[in-house]
Amino acid sequence: MDKKKSFIHPYIPNSVPEVKEEMLKEIGVKDADELYDDLPEKLRLRRRLNLPQPLLSELELKRHVEKILAKNKSCEDCISFLGGGCAHHYVPAVCDEITHRSEFLTAYAGEPYEDAGRFQALFEYESLMAELLDFDVVNVPTYDWGQAASTSLRMAGRITGRKRVLVSDTISPDRLSIVRNYCHPLLAVDLIGHHPHTGLMNLEDLESKISPDVAAVYFENPSFLGFIETQGQSIADTAHSHGSLSVVGVDPISLGVLKPPSHYGADIACGDIQGLGNHMYYGGSLGGFIASRDEERFVMEYPSRLFGIAKTSVEGEWGFGDVAYMRTSFGGREKGKEFVGTAAALYGISAAVYLSLMGPQGMAELGEHILQKSQYAMKRLGEIQGVRLRFQSSHFKEFVVDFSSSGKPVGEINHWLLHKGIFGGKDLSREFPELQNCALYCVTEMVTKKEIDTLVIVLKDILSRR
Amino acid sequence: MEIQKNSKLRNFHQAKWDEEVIFELSTKGERGILVPEVEPEIKKIAGDGVSSLPENMMRKEPPALPEVAQMRVLKHFLRLSQQNLGADLNIDIGQGTCTVKYNPKVNETLASSKRASALHPYQDEGTVQGALQIMYEMDLFFREISGLDRFSLQPSSGSHAIMTMASIIRKYHESRGEGSERDEIITTIFSHPSDAAAAAVKGYKVVTIYFNKEGLPDIKALKKAVSRRTAGLFITNPEDTGIFNPKISEFTRIVHEAGGLCGYDQANANGILGITRAKEAGFDLCFFNLHKTFGAPHGCGGPASGVLGVTKELVDYLPIPVVDFDGSKYYLNDSLPKTIGKVRSFYGPFPVILKSYAWMMSLGAEGLKEVAKTAVLNNNYLLKKITKIKGAAAPFKAGKHRIEQVRYSWEELCKETGVDTHQIAFRMADFGFHLWSSHHPFLVPQPFTIEPTESYSKKELDEYLNGLRHVAEEARKEPETVKNAPHRSVVHKIDESTFDDPKKWAITWRAYLKKHGKPIK
Repeated sequence: MDKKKSFIHPYIPNSVPEVKEEMLKEIGVKDADELYDDLPEKLRLRRRLNLPQPLLSELELKRHVEKILAKNKSCEDCISFLGGGCAHHYVPAVCDEITHRSEFLTAYAGEPYEDAGRFQALFEYESLMAELLDFDVVNVPTYDWGQAASTSLRMAGRITGRKRVLVSDTISPDRLSIVRNYCHPLLAVDLIGHHPHTGLMNLEDLESKISPDVAAVYFENPSFLGFIETQGQSIADTAHSHGSLSVVGVDPISLGVLKPPSHYGADIACGDIQGLGNHMYYGGSLGGFIASRDEERFVMEYPSRLFGIAKTSVEGEWGFGDVAYMRTSFGGREKGKEFVGTAAALYGISAAVYLSLMGPQGMAELGEHILQKSQYAMKRLGEIQGVRLRFQSSHFKEFVVDFSSSGKPVGEINHWLLHKGIFGGKDLSREFPELQNCALYCVTEMVTKKEIDTLVIVLKDILSRR
Repeated sequence: MEIQKNSKLRNFHQAKWDEEVIFELSTKGERGILVPEVEPEIKKIAGDGVSSLPENMMRKEPPALPEVAQMRVLKHFLRLSQQNLGADLNIDIGQGTCTVKYNPKVNETLASSKRASALHPYQDEGTVQGALQIMYEMDLFFREISGLDRFSLQPSSGSHAIMTMASIIRKYHESRGEGSERDEIITTIFSHPSDAAAAAVKGYKVVTIYFNKEGLPDIKALKKAVSRRTAGLFITNPEDTGIFNPKISEFTRIVHEAGGLCGYDQANANGILGITRAKEAGFDLCFFNLHKTFGAPHGCGGPASGVLGVTKELVDYLPIPVVDFDGSKYYLNDSLPKTIGKVRSFYGPFPVILKSYAWMMSLGAEGLKEVAKTAVLNNNYLLKKITKIKGAAAPFKAGKHRIEQVRYSWEELCKETGVDTHQIAFRMADFGFHLWSSHHPFLVPQPFTIEPTESYSKKELDEYLNGLRHVAEEARKEPETVKNAPHRSVVHKIDESTFDDPKKWAITWRAYLKKHGKPIK
C-alpha cells in the first residue's frame, strides 16, 4: 500500500486523494509540488522532518498527553502558599463556561459587525476595570503586568518628553527585568531604596534622585513583597512637583478593600488580571492592564487597542469600535505608539465575567477574606520559634517570612514541606540579597484554616530538627 | 435581492439579542457569586481584617460595579458570544494573514486538566516535570522545523517575538561595541506592521524596502539600504501577498556582509512547513506563531505565542530561563551569560504551548507537510477561481502560483460600481463570512486578503466563492444594498464619528455617561 496516499487526517479535509486530484486539475498542475515552483531547489528540504511519529487517533493522543501531564502535581493536589505575581484564586464556573465558548475561543479579528460580541465584552472589561480603578480609560489587555508597567513608563516618557524613570527596588524582579529590557535604550531606569524595617519607599532617597529629567516614579501596591505602601500621596506629590508622573502597579483583587492608585495621586495604574477569573497555567495565563484619566495627552500615547461605544444607524442600538486607531502601529507602522498585536483578549473577557459576578460586595468580601486569612497565617507563623515576619507594615495577601534565625535555608525547609504535600513560599534569597533565608508566602481564599494550621505544625517539626 | 435557490449561499442571519451593556442590568442587592466566610477561629484572631489597614489606604466607597444575579450574567455573556463569529462556526478564510484554522477540541480538554491549569510557576521543578517536558520537546520540534539551534517559548505573540528579536540584535551589537553605530533595522512594506513598529520600540530607525513589479521586495533597494548602520533585517516570507521571495538567501547574504543580523518573521509559515527552513535561507533568528500555524486558538486576540529561535551564536542572548534536560530530569536554566533578561514574567504562555504540542503530536512530520501542501493547494484553487470573478484581481505575478494566501484587489469593481472593499466586507458579514481588507497602508488598491489554510473542505471553499461572486454581482445590480450593509449581522452602520474626537470618544461606560449623559435606551 502506498502509505503517502493513505494519509487522510481528520484536521485536513482535502487530504482525500480524489478531491486533491480534482483541485489540482482545476488549477492546471499535475502535482501539488509544482505549486512551489518559486522556491529555489537549494532552499527545498528534501527529507522528512525528524519529529516523533504522529498519534493519529484522538484516543492515543489523549493518552499520551495525559500521561505527561500526570507527572505534574498541581496546587489542588497539594497545599500551596506560592504567589509573587501569579496566585491561586477561585475561578467561578461561569468564567470557564464563557471562555470555552467556540464563538469567543476561536474568533480572532473580525469587524465590529459580525464580531460585535467581542468588542462589547472587551468594552465591558475596560468599563468594569475602570470602576475598580476609578479611572476613565483602560486598555484591551496586553501580555502581562511586566509589559503593562513597561508601556506605562514609556507612555510617561512620551508625555513628559523625559528620558529617565525611577522605580522602587521592591518591584518584582521579573518585572524589573522586563522593564529594563523594554525601556532600553530610550529610558534609563534607576532604583529607589526602601526602609529595611517596613519595606516602604525611602522618601529621602526619592528626593535625592528625582530631577527634571525624570518622566515617572513607579512603585507597586501591595508591593511584590506583600506590604502596603502608605506613602502613595507623598510619592505622587514629590513626582508632580518635579513635573514627573506617578505610575502605580496594583493587584486588582485588592481593590475591594484598598484605595485604588487614582485616589493617592497616580496618573497611570497598571497590573495583572490573572487573579480575576483566570487559572494559573504555570504562570502562562497573565494579562496586563493600563489605566489613566481620559485626557487626550494620555489616551493618544496608549499603544493598545481601545474599544469605544457608539450609536448606530438604528435608534437604541449599541455599536463598538476602535478609538483613535491611527495612533496604533496597525495604523502607522513604526510611527505608531510602540506596537500592538495579539495579546490576552480572552483573559480580559474572563475578567469581565468575573467582575460582573463579584460585584461591589463580592470584591469587598473577598478583600476582607484575604486580609483575615493572611493575618491569621502571619500571626500563627510569627509564633513559631526561629520564624520572624520581615516587615512591620500592613500586608495584603502576601508577606515575607524570615527563617534566618532558624539556621535552616529556605531551600531545605521547602524540600521538607514538599514531602508533606506543601508548596512553601518562594525563596527570595537569590533575588533580594538582603532577604537571605526569607520566603514570600501568599494566602488566598483557596487555603483553609486547617491547611494553614498544617503548615504551622509541619514547620515547627522541620525547624525543631537538629 | 432574493438569494438564488440553486446557490449554496446560506440564508444566514446572525444572532442579534439587542443586549444591554452589563451596567444597565444592575439591580441593587443582586449577587452573582458569594465568597466563603473565613472560619470563626480566624475571625477571632484576625477580626474583620479591614481594621488592620492604615486609615489612608482603606477604600471608602465600594467600586461601582454592576450587581447582577448569576444566571443573568451568564445569559449576558452567552448572548455576546452568540454575537461573535468564531472559526468553529464559519468558513474562516477571509481573515488573511491570520491563519484561522481548526483548533481541535481534544486539545481544549487536555488543557482543562488541573495538572495544567492549577500549576504555579514557582513550584519545585520536581512537581512540574510534565510541563517542563512539553516545553523542552517543543524547543526540539522547532529546532527541527526551522534548522535553528535553540528556542525560547517566552514571547507571547508574533509582535512580542519581533520586539525580542530586536532586543537580542541590540544586545549583540552592543556587546561588540557597535551598539550605537548600528541603529537601523531594514524591513519590507509587505511585512507585518510590527516588524517596523517593534524595531522602533528598541530605538531603531526603520528603513522600509518597497516592492518591484513582481510584488517582491526590491533587492536593489536593499543593496542601497545596507551600510555600517545596519543592525538587522526583519522580513516575512512569503510576504502578506503570498508571494515567496526566491532571492531570500541573497537578502540575508547582503545584510550579513554589511554586518547585520537577519530575523525571519515566520508568521506566514503555514504553507512551508517541512518544505523550506530559516536555516537554509541564512537566518540568525526566526519565530513562529503557535496561535496561527500550530493549531492553538486565537481567543479573540490572545492568549498567543511567538516561539523564538536563534542560531548557536545567539543562544546566550535568549530570554531566561530556557528549559534543559540533564538526562533524568527537566529543569529551568537561567545561566545564559549575555541574556537580554526577560520579556514576560515566568516562562511563556503555557496553555497555548500545550495545545500546540498536542496539535503537532497529532500530525507528525508527514502531517505537518500535508498541512502545508494542502494550504497551498487550497490557496491556488481559490486564486484560480477568484481571479475569474469579474472585478476582482490578484495584483503581481499574473498566472503564477502563490504560497498560502493572496492579497487581492477589488479596484476594478470599485471603479465600476463605486462600492469599496470595506462595504463588500460588511456585506459578506450578512452571509456569515469574514472578509478582511489588509494592513495599512493600502498599497494594493481596494485590498482583500484570503488565506484558506488546510482546515476547510473544497465544498466550503466553493461556498465562500459563491459569497464573493454574489456580492460582486450585487455591487453592480444593487450597489445601495452593499453600501448600506450589513443588514443581517449583529449591528447596523456604526457612527464612527466619535472615535477620533477626544470630547466624544468613550472608552468606558463611565466615560460614556459623563460625556453623553443618560444611556440611549
